[in-house]
Amino acid sequence: MTTADLLGKIIQVVAALAAFSLVIGLVLFLIDKAPKRGRDYWQLAFFLLPALILLAVGLIYPAFRTSLLAFSNSSGEWVGAENFVWMFTQPAALITLGNTVIWVVVVPILSTAIGLAYAMFIDKSRGEKYFKALVFMPMAISFVGAGIIWRFVYDYKSGDNAQIGLLNQILVWFGAEPVQWLQTSPINTFLLIVVMIWIQTGFAMVICSAAIKGVPTEQIEAAQLDGTNPWQRFTNVTLPGIRGSLVVVITTISIATLKVFDIVRTMTAGNFDTSVIANEMYTQAFRAGEQGRGAALAIVLFLLVLPIVIYNVRVLRQQREIR
Amino acid sequence: MSDNVVDLPITGTAKGTADTTAEVVGKATRVKRRLTSRTATAVALVIAVLWTLPTFGLFISSFRPAGLISTTGWWTIFQNPGFTLANYQEVLFSTSQSSPQLGAYFVNSLAIAIPATLFPLVIAAMAAYAFAWIKFKWSGALFVLIFALQIVPLQLALIPLLQMFTQFLRPGQAWVHDMIPMIPEQGYLPVWIAHTIFALPLAIFLLHNFISEIPGEVIEAARVDGASHGQVFFRIVLPLAVPALASFAIFQFLWVWNDLLVALIFSGGTQDVAPLTQRLAELTGTRGQDWQRLTAAAFVSLIVPLIVFFSLQRYFVRGLLAGSTKG
Repeated sequence: MTTADLLGKIIQVVAALAAFSLVIGLVLFLIDKAPKRGRDYWQLAFFLLPALILLAVGLIYPAFRTSLLAFSNSSGEWVGAENFVWMFTQPAALITLGNTVIWVVVVPILSTAIGLAYAMFIDKSRGEKYFKALVFMPMAISFVGAGIIWRFVYDYKSGDNAQIGLLNQILVWFGAEPVQWLQTSPINTFLLIVVMIWIQTGFAMVICSAAIKGVPTEQIEAAQLDGTNPWQRFTNVTLPGIRGSLVVVITTISIATLKVFDIVRTMTAGNFDTSVIANEMYTQAFRAGEQGRGAALAIVLFLLVLPIVIYNVRVLRQQREIR
Repeated sequence: MSDNVVDLPITGTAKGTADTTAEVVGKATRVKRRLTSRTATAVALVIAVLWTLPTFGLFISSFRPAGLISTTGWWTIFQNPGFTLANYQEVLFSTSQSSPQLGAYFVNSLAIAIPATLFPLVIAAMAAYAFAWIKFKWSGALFVLIFALQIVPLQLALIPLLQMFTQFLRPGQAWVHDMIPMIPEQGYLPVWIAHTIFALPLAIFLLHNFISEIPGEVIEAARVDGASHGQVFFRIVLPLAVPALASFAIFQFLWVWNDLLVALIFSGGTQDVAPLTQRLAELTGTRGQDWQRLTAAAFVSLIVPLIVFFSLQRYFVRGLLAGSTKG
């Protein structure tokens, strides 16, 4: 990187920020000077239109275009449902779908279970803050970074070479043969899932912890006076009290898991039978030039997310009505 | 700083455990309860260690000489001692063709993340204000639509968006490049716009939750005194919404910093635009066994999120909580 390059980059950022503030300031100034009649409409337009235009042009219209693309081949000719037939008949594509199902079943359940257990165990302990920080930290780093961290754990050295990956070293300590983890199907998919669980548990833990603290102490104490044991208190008092948060945690993690891309891309690039829908979509559309197939995969991804969306919207509606 | 990141929680853990046990022993009257609490603490400790170990191992390794990393495990650091900063020096500053040259990519990550945080923040705050405090037809329906957009996977928009950028944005960028040769033809603009669009649904939703809870009297009083919506927005709403803005800003900054997919598609992958994540993914693909480079490179990309996380943890957690418990 030369100094000129750096300067060019700084100019780009500064110019963009300056232009952005200038436009906003100028439009606002002009609207305040607009004739009183109709000023309210101008103001509404100023506040709302930038977001609406961006969403309409950048999200809604492309989504419709993609829906059309899903029924065309790579040269744009209409092929009907061929791409979907490909997806549900080709062995490789079927493995992708199957893997996605495994991901979306395993990750939310295990992350939430571990996160909830951890939140219960450390609740009200004096080092709680630090305990939380340790498990939450993976949330802050990139999936790519996490991928490298775990690739190092799964590293394999052949023959008599000393292992530098922790997992294989543990095998060696127990007298077993080291394994090429990431190349061995189907265990490799589960090892990638471990990375996602490692990341999402912190999220589940923080939300569950906040919810646990929201359960009234009186209820817990009353149950305690009734002579219940901790497990009974957990299942009969705490669990019903945090049900809403649990639902949110599970749906949120499910959505994130359905869209998982970076982990697979960084660790195996979808090879060795580890691909998932989001990764295959990228590979087909932007690497293999099969835009139709990529679009079809995107549609399937959307259809999988949709039920969760509807559920979430209903929760939101209920909240708005209560307010 | 990097020492702090890893050391701080670990010392904390040891201390915290001791305290917990003392507290429990002091308070518990029944043997049964004490027993469960001890098991619980032990399990928590195991989870905490399991969750920290992988990062810790990579971190230790990034300071070991290349020869040692590839022949001995990091857990043998006491038998095979060695400390060097050469890995970091190589990945950041070396100009040789074969080295990762992360300096340029680090600048790109910053240059992408800062505007891609500020643009959606301002645009979303404006829209959130309109939904909360300007009465208009279809307000409710439109808001629900935007909320629903939140979970439209961005994969659904990628292909057409890229086509539109190539068609309409590329000529403009070429023109700018002709005017100011210092700015490369492939600039940050597509990445900024893409990130802004994808951030809007969540941002509008989050900020609306906060902005709509500002007491109505405050805003009505200002309106009665003749303040325009613009004045109310900039003088009253924005200052009051700072906590929510900060939470979202941190969330979005980390999201963009950590993003790989949008970068892969809209940045073009050259040193002019591509962020750290893209470079790292590339390195794992082509040099997956160069652990002396990968470990140091990974930590170069992790350092910014970790600083943000440990220094602004309160806002960070609050942003996440607002984003999920309310949905």
